[in-house]
Amino acid sequence: MDLLNAFVALSNFVLIPAIAYGSQLALGALGVTLIYGILRFSNFAHGDTMAFGTMVTILFTWLFQSWGISLGPLPTALLALPFGILGCMALLLFTDRVVYKFYREQKAKPVILVIVSLGVMFIMNGLVRFIIGPDDQRFADGERFIVSVRTFKEMTGLEEGLAIKTTQGITVITAVIVVAALFWFLNRTRTGKSMRAYSDNEDLALLSGINPERVVMITWMIVAALATVAGVLYGLDKSFKPFTYFQLLLPIFASAIVGGLGSPLGAIAGGFTIAFSEVMVTYAWKKVAGYALPESLAPDGLAQLLSTDYKFAVSFVILLIVLLFRPTGLFAGKSV
Amino acid sequence: MNETVKNTALFALVAVLIIGTGFLQSWNSALFILNFGLISAIMALGVNLQWGFAGLFNVGIMGFVALGGLATVLVSMPPTTDAWAAGGGGVIVALLMGAATIVVTALVIKRMPAGWLRTVIVLALLIGGFFVYRWLFDPAVARIEAVNPASTGYLGGINPGGAAWGWMTLVAWPVGGLLAAGVAWIIGKTALGLRSDYLAIATLGIAEIIIAVMKNEDWLSRGVKNVIGLPRPAPYEIELQSDPAFLERAASLGMDPVTASTIWVKLVYAGLFAVVLVILFVLAQRALHSPWGRMMRAIRDNENASEAMGKDVTARHLQVFILGSAICGIAGAMMTTLDGQLTPGTYQPLRFTFLIWVMVIVGGSGNNLGAVLGGFLIWFLWVQVEPMGLLLMQAITSGMTDGSPLKVHLIESAAHMRLLTMGLVLLLVLRFSPRGLIPER
Repeated sequence: MDLLNAFVALSNFVLIPAIAYGSQLALGALGVTLIYGILRFSNFAHGDTMAFGTMVTILFTWLFQSWGISLGPLPTALLALPFGILGCMALLLFTDRVVYKFYREQKAKPVILVIVSLGVMFIMNGLVRFIIGPDDQRFADGERFIVSVRTFKEMTGLEEGLAIKTTQGITVITAVIVVAALFWFLNRTRTGKSMRAYSDNEDLALLSGINPERVVMITWMIVAALATVAGVLYGLDKSFKPFTYFQLLLPIFASAIVGGLGSPLGAIAGGFTIAFSEVMVTYAWKKVAGYALPESLAPDGLAQLLSTDYKFAVSFVILLIVLLFRPTGLFAGKSV
Repeated sequence: MNETVKNTALFALVAVLIIGTGFLQSWNSALFILNFGLISAIMALGVNLQWGFAGLFNVGIMGFVALGGLATVLVSMPPTTDAWAAGGGGVIVALLMGAATIVVTALVIKRMPAGWLRTVIVLALLIGGFFVYRWLFDPAVARIEAVNPASTGYLGGINPGGAAWGWMTLVAWPVGGLLAAGVAWIIGKTALGLRSDYLAIATLGIAEIIIAVMKNEDWLSRGVKNVIGLPRPAPYEIELQSDPAFLERAASLGMDPVTASTIWVKLVYAGLFAVVLVILFVLAQRALHSPWGRMMRAIRDNENASEAMGKDVTARHLQVFILGSAICGIAGAMMTTLDGQLTPGTYQPLRFTFLIWVMVIVGGSGNNLGAVLGGFLIWFLWVQVEPMGLLLMQAITSGMTDGSPLKVHLIESAAHMRLLTMGLVLLLVLRFSPRGLIPER
């Protein structure tokens, strides 16, 4: 029995990766939930929006790298991030103008907007593959670790090592900053309040003189920022591949729905719920159990509940369980 | 009359496009487009049943198509006797045990009053059942996968005749439909109560899970190692090329034997697929114009009113969900037959779910003829956009110097034009002709 080592192993393989992944999912789910709250449809193009923003960021990162600009220990991508956000904003505002606006004026049914977003998804997916290709791109540079396994072992003298990647640290810090800024904006500023008013009751908001087009425009801009940040953080942490971003749609939607569509707080809770369950169910617990349990009870096999390829299944099962018992999600979401 | 002329013209256009491919490129590629067009049309019929008739937003088509493919393997491949001897019984016992756990849990939830005791019992049953299941399942699977892993390592199918009994593959088509219908029943029972967006996400997730299972459960269908060389209902090209009667006929038509044999095989498939398409189309058409079809559309247009008229909305939804999924399963089995192999790694939602949706929307949702037209037309585009995009890119870049990075990049990226084009077609149709090319009557 060695609880300290067990805890270190648990942090290294479960807690830290799950917190980083959860932050990325939460940022993605915030975007989905905002669109659902304000524009009242489920945006299937969100994964590809993330891919587009990330792609622009990567292109700028490469440009800066070729100029020899870097942030020292931090990845250059952070410097390129604002440009990625701007590019993504431009794309989303353009799509809204040429595609979504027409259906909004027609007051089309939400399901029509969902199908329209499928079309947008195809186009964005094609665009990203067209510009950067369908392959894996790694663009992380700078220092790889905040704490590496060896320094940790030397520092503490423990048998088990603990590594914190720079990208994981950056993910969590960025996510906290972005979420704090978002909540401050939604709750404290006039524009944010008008957005929430519009989301709660469209007619009443119109009556009190809120300009719907402005609300929609600002929503798209915030969504672009959130999607790009989420995408870049995910890409830094793992790697960038257009198809993977398309597949992220499922855990992101699961997070948004588990939390309750339309509820920003729910999106964050949902993101972490999904991330922790995915990591915990697909992690081989042999090592942790080997430390935490007395020797006679230690498992022989890997003690892995499901193979890692079933991580989609996990997010989906959580989604179903929550929907069956709380049909509008943990933080009562809305339904159109 | 006007409408008939228009529809005939649209179908004639598709025929011209396919025949034109035959003259301009090759008859092999024309028949390739025709065969996959027939399959796509069947898938589009299935989706049209769900979306056009009943307004169910199912984006899990890929899963049902894959299940059809799985059925082809399970029916048409010869059984691996060694693997069955090694662990077949073990796997079946484990699966029965897993199913029993779920049934008992469902019974407990249904029969016991709600309370902490029920929660505890349900959790204990599920967790205990899972570990017992894995304890039974894992060693059996390990034994099966150890049997000659390079070529088998799975249980195989039920076809005792092997490659000689190619007609067993035809049996696999309805079985594929049944398998898809069975899974659709389970999904429908749990997910159809959800609202439209939630149902969409749920089906999207289920499709991914089905693919994940097929990729990982090597004992079932070899996973990503693929099953190749499925027995086929059509003759083999090699056999035709050594058949004197066939050679004589090919010579009398003035064709060389290799081309003649590949074209003949494709024609046989086209005939088989066309029969299935016609049968399903007639059935779908009869369903649409029956009282049942009118009820479905009434439910689609106003659920509350139909419920007030005493229609069981949930049961009808479940029914049409199962029927539509079964059609997709049949199409999936046919596609795997045509490919001659099952490759779970190639199932991608863009190609097998969203492309089918484009077909239905472009063709005209709620109209079977429209769905069939959309299937052919969009499949033709999907195949032909790539060479067309390449031509376009070559035209654009013709002014640039050879070997400039931009030119290389543009020409290499032409392959990705098809996704862009599909999105563009979908958006244009939705905007300017939202009811599709052949609208619902």
